[in-house]
Amino acid sequence: MDLKEKLVSSFMAFEERIDVHSELHDVRTSAIKNFENKGFPTKKEEAWKYTSLNAILKNDFTVFPKNETAIEFKEVKKYFLHEVDTFKLVFIDGVFSSNLSSTTHEGIDVCLMSSALNKPKYKTVIDTYFNQIASKDESLTSLNTAFAKEGAYINIPKSKIADKPIEIMYFSTGSEAALMVQPRNLVVVGENAHVQIIERHQSLSENPVLTNSVTEIYAQKRAIVDYYKIQNDESQANLVDNTYVSQQKESHVYVHTFSFGGNITRNNLNFYHYGENLTSTLNGITIIGDKQHVDHYTLVRHSQPNCESFQDYKGIFSDRSTGVFNGKVYVEKDAQKTNAFQKSNNILLSDKATINAKPQLEIFADDVKCSHGCTVGQLDETALFYMQQRGIPEKEAKALLMYAFSNSVIEGIKIPELKQRITKIIANKLGVKIGFDL
Amino acid sequence: MLSIKNLHASIGDKEILKGINLEVKAGEVHAIMGPNGAGKSTLSAVIAGNENYEVTEGTVSLDGEDLEELAPEERAHKGVFLSFQYPVEIPGVSVTNFMRAAINETRKAKGLEEMAASDMLKLIREKSELLEIDRKFLSRSLNEGFSGGEKKRNEIFQMAMLEPKLAILDETDSGLDIDALRIVANGVNKLKSEKNAVVVITHYQRLLEYIVPDFVHVLLDGKIVKSGDASLALELEERGYDWIKAENR
Repeated sequence: MDLKEKLVSSFMAFEERIDVHSELHDVRTSAIKNFENKGFPTKKEEAWKYTSLNAILKNDFTVFPKNETAIEFKEVKKYFLHEVDTFKLVFIDGVFSSNLSSTTHEGIDVCLMSSALNKPKYKTVIDTYFNQIASKDESLTSLNTAFAKEGAYINIPKSKIADKPIEIMYFSTGSEAALMVQPRNLVVVGENAHVQIIERHQSLSENPVLTNSVTEIYAQKRAIVDYYKIQNDESQANLVDNTYVSQQKESHVYVHTFSFGGNITRNNLNFYHYGENLTSTLNGITIIGDKQHVDHYTLVRHSQPNCESFQDYKGIFSDRSTGVFNGKVYVEKDAQKTNAFQKSNNILLSDKATINAKPQLEIFADDVKCSHGCTVGQLDETALFYMQQRGIPEKEAKALLMYAFSNSVIEGIKIPELKQRITKIIANKLGVKIGFDL
Repeated sequence: MLSIKNLHASIGDKEILKGINLEVKAGEVHAIMGPNGAGKSTLSAVIAGNENYEVTEGTVSLDGEDLEELAPEERAHKGVFLSFQYPVEIPGVSVTNFMRAAINETRKAKGLEEMAASDMLKLIREKSELLEIDRKFLSRSLNEGFSGGEKKRNEIFQMAMLEPKLAILDETDSGLDIDALRIVANGVNKLKSEKNAVVVITHYQRLLEYIVPDFVHVLLDGKIVKSGDASLALELEERGYDWIKAENR
């Protein structure tokens, strides 16, 4: 039985087992139908032209892990921030770990999707937001919706500021030979409210993992959401991240994506605008090697006047790694005075590495400023010689140039410890120890 | 200190240096002058170890050690400094961080500890004053958006920070106005000692009014065709290069 059949046939059993309010039954049923019709995306679809899931789908994934596996904090401590206190939502093989987590209901809700889906007091929020901005058409999002059960539920009410960053951590332990997990996150940030969130998917073994994650983010009027995705996973870990952002007027949502590892990583990042004078920022650094593959598929849909979007993606590819940047900016007729800027800069360190960069601008308004720029190049030889002449060895000089190349994105990290950690991960990736930060 | 013997070097199939001989001793200032295309910049690039040039014959040695097998950074660690004719812009790396990396990598190569941050700051302050560099300038990206004069002043600032044994100044005077020229020359003169040496590569005599050479060499078509004292530079200024070309025809 292939994975699609397995998922479809286990749907009924799944629905019987979970106890969620019945309104969701229809949502799930139509979602599984959509997935059944469309199946897993293939390279025949324009949106998946450069990314094939075929090889991964041959694994015999366990869809519902049988055993709960406990992990000690000390085993996974390194994946968390240390110097700043954080709220933590930790999931092990898809199951919430109360031991490792630190939730709250004081003023803000940082808790579990499963309780939010089950408990009456969250019903209004769930009814208003759950599966509203997420695509009902895209097959992997539908698949997630059909099985949506667990994940992070974050609700920051009007004028509240989450005083600690929130870490959402998904561990897979390797207790199953191959595991598929489908986390579902909902983030609602009220008027004038602020929140910082770090999301990470981390495999703790060499066993294959397929994560099909959906995150919905709602930013109300003047809300500020600062969202970090850290993708530095093991060589057999695969991630499809579907993130949908809905913004109201004067809000600012930043999504920073750091892709440093994993086998296949696909980021579907979608921004929708429902008010004027808002800003969307999409930043990314991708540094990969071996046969790793990272695909950024972004959409910013400008529907309202006077909004801005900024995209800045840097990629460094070595060995036989492949990268994709497909950035779509859609400016509707009414979205006059739009400022939309998009950059994708890439360095290929090997002849065998590939980047497919495809900016797409569709503009229907006449008074807008839009630009896009894609570059693909090698490291500048004259700059290397210059640095070596000052005593910086070739390897360190290259690393310094690559840091400098990524710097505009690193500078955008607003949590100092995270900035330090990302800098360190980059140094490790580049195999150098440099006694400075940029 | 620097000993160049019968140096031939080419880029691609084109031979540019055709048998250079030059001896530079500690405490000396040498000027190398010559018309465009004579090979002046090639000579400095070859000494610094630029791998775009191939040494086909002859040797370059520093304090008796053949430099041929050494990478550019290893030559730098031994005290070779090249002030670039066209300093490279490196966006995203500040002048300060660049200097920290350069100094600490050099110290590491010599088996020394990294320099303490406070010492580094003190050194930066001292040397930036010497070159009359505004400290705001030091947090800017290296050479990015610098004027021609600022770039050259920054080169000499780096030289002051690194205190090289052998400094080669490649066309450091080009792009400098008279005030900047004086500041740069003053910086070089203050750094000069009995233990180091300076090779000034220039088109014009102007810089040599401020940095007075002990020896002047004329480079023509890949060879040193004439050597003399500071007065030779004045003669070249007056008469141009044609008479030397004629002498060597």
